[in-house]
Amino acid sequence: MHHLIEEARLANGRTIAIGMGTEASAASRRAGSLKKLARRRSTTALLLCAPLIVLIVGLKLYPTFYAIFLSMLDRKMEHFVGLDNFAFLLTRHSFQLVIFQSCLFAITAVVMKALIGFIVAHLMHNIRGRNQRIWRGLLLVPWVIPLALSTLTWWWLFDPSYSALNWTLNWLGFESIPFLGTTWNARIAVIAVNVWFGAPFFMIMYLAALKSVPEQLYEAAAIDGATAWQKLRFITLPMMRNIILITMLYSLIVTFADFDIVRILTNGGPQDSTHLFATYAFNVGIESGNIPRGASVSLFMFPVLATLAFFVLRDVLKRSREVST
Amino acid sequence: MTTAMASSDTIPRKAKVGSLERQRRWALGGSYAALSVFVVIFLVPPFYMIVTSLKSSAEISAQQGSPWIPQNPTLDNFIYLATNAQFQRYFLNSVWVTGLVVILSMTIAILAAFSLSRMGFKGSQVISTGVFLTYLVPPSLLFIPLFQIVGALGLINNTWVLVLLFPTLAVPFCTWLMIGYFSSIPKELDEAALIDGANYLQILLKVFIPVAMPGIIAATIFAFTVGWGAFLYPLAYLYSADQAVLTVGIVRELIRGDVFAWGTIMAACVMAAAPPILIYTFLMDYYVAGLTAGATKG
Repeated sequence: MHHLIEEARLANGRTIAIGMGTEASAASRRAGSLKKLARRRSTTALLLCAPLIVLIVGLKLYPTFYAIFLSMLDRKMEHFVGLDNFAFLLTRHSFQLVIFQSCLFAITAVVMKALIGFIVAHLMHNIRGRNQRIWRGLLLVPWVIPLALSTLTWWWLFDPSYSALNWTLNWLGFESIPFLGTTWNARIAVIAVNVWFGAPFFMIMYLAALKSVPEQLYEAAAIDGATAWQKLRFITLPMMRNIILITMLYSLIVTFADFDIVRILTNGGPQDSTHLFATYAFNVGIESGNIPRGASVSLFMFPVLATLAFFVLRDVLKRSREVST
Repeated sequence: MTTAMASSDTIPRKAKVGSLERQRRWALGGSYAALSVFVVIFLVPPFYMIVTSLKSSAEISAQQGSPWIPQNPTLDNFIYLATNAQFQRYFLNSVWVTGLVVILSMTIAILAAFSLSRMGFKGSQVISTGVFLTYLVPPSLLFIPLFQIVGALGLINNTWVLVLLFPTLAVPFCTWLMIGYFSSIPKELDEAALIDGANYLQILLKVFIPVAMPGIIAATIFAFTVGWGAFLYPLAYLYSADQAVLTVGIVRELIRGDVFAWGTIMAACVMAAAPPILIYTFLMDYYVAGLTAGATKG
């Protein structure tokens, strides 16, 4: 039937214009092969994605649900106990300290990193050309060394009897500080190491954002007689607002879930006052062998991370939509 | 604002240019001075790492004079490590694990990114979003269920567990990065190749990979960084010395010695930090460009 109509149209069209007829049939043929091509294409496309999907489903998605299942078992993993693990943890003083320290650690460290990154990015922005590359390279060194190894160096700098920092303090006429010996010193020390490690990342993000602010805006403001503070307040900050926020949100996720620094520097001490969720989960789940309770400790991070991830994702999707249109 | 303008009008033009120039020079000098302070603070640990690595145990325990200057610099620590079978094992383990992780992650990421950015199919948008979300899942959230899973697979205390797990940390970001680079390649380029009769594999190998080389370098560096420096997974799943990689090997095995082995430990850190520092020295620009692609677009 379809064939007939096409032929009739062809015959009909030939009397008027030959070109039109052949074009129509070619178009329909092309549509058919395009459809076939499209089908083959989507099979290939799915095939190319298969390794990624297997990886994510098998080693990210499945473990997430498995963690929820595990967290509801008893220590021997024989009986279902519902939310008992979570309830028990909340009543424990050492776990309340973990919640406090994780929030303190993440928020303080991220704010400090953002502040230092912002300042250093501005200083760097004043330097142009080759020199900027060299200075940037020097400032990125903390971020390039594997964190576990640089934390080890910090530990050696903080060593109670051989501390080179204390030697310097004594040399300048100050008393020695037990860097990792008291609760608040240790808390400040782990935050300081995290800031030292993470500030360079903020610096390069903010430097890139600064470079993308059109120079004309500053020139126009200069003609209007704007002060440096006004330029910062009314041009730089609004133009960088998005990147400042998204970098901080992303860093909050990573910092909140940090493991290496606390594990190596204090391993939670003194008196469990510096444990983060990750290090506490490691001690409970892997070292003490209470897998279900360890899984519940980790899962306490989930709501916070999910909320932060939601905002990051919203911003990133909005941004990529803006860029594509 | 208007008063500022009016007052600036009264200043002779030449003087104003001169003062701007002077202001700029001051700003530059101040920037250098302030940056120097930051650089000194930021480089204290790496500097002290190198200084300690050049000291003998006797010198460290004697505590004579400034700890910041090695009195009798020696390479003994490095020689000891280079000829130490255990340290050689950590290093080799790190090398082959990282190599495999990079190859595996990049293959998965490039294939998937090509498919997601160019061959749009039902659900490709969902997968792209999902990839980004998994990038935001930190390793410390899932290491306990994974402990059970790799245990069931019989991979506990087997270095291969890292080849299985590290791609989960590297692939999402690499894929996301590559999607960005591939999407920026004009559609006309692959359409022309299609018309010329090229198949998808040829388009990927001959058009996309060469054009997106900067992105591939950036993603490769990221995968390398993960494979070389990650600490939690090897610490949790590898417990014997012969299976360890550099990070856990140094932190766990070397520290068991006496207190004064710090010279050796710091030398080990220097040797383990050297490959990433070398790579970043030469390829930093690609990595920064890849990382900040989002920052400059908006």
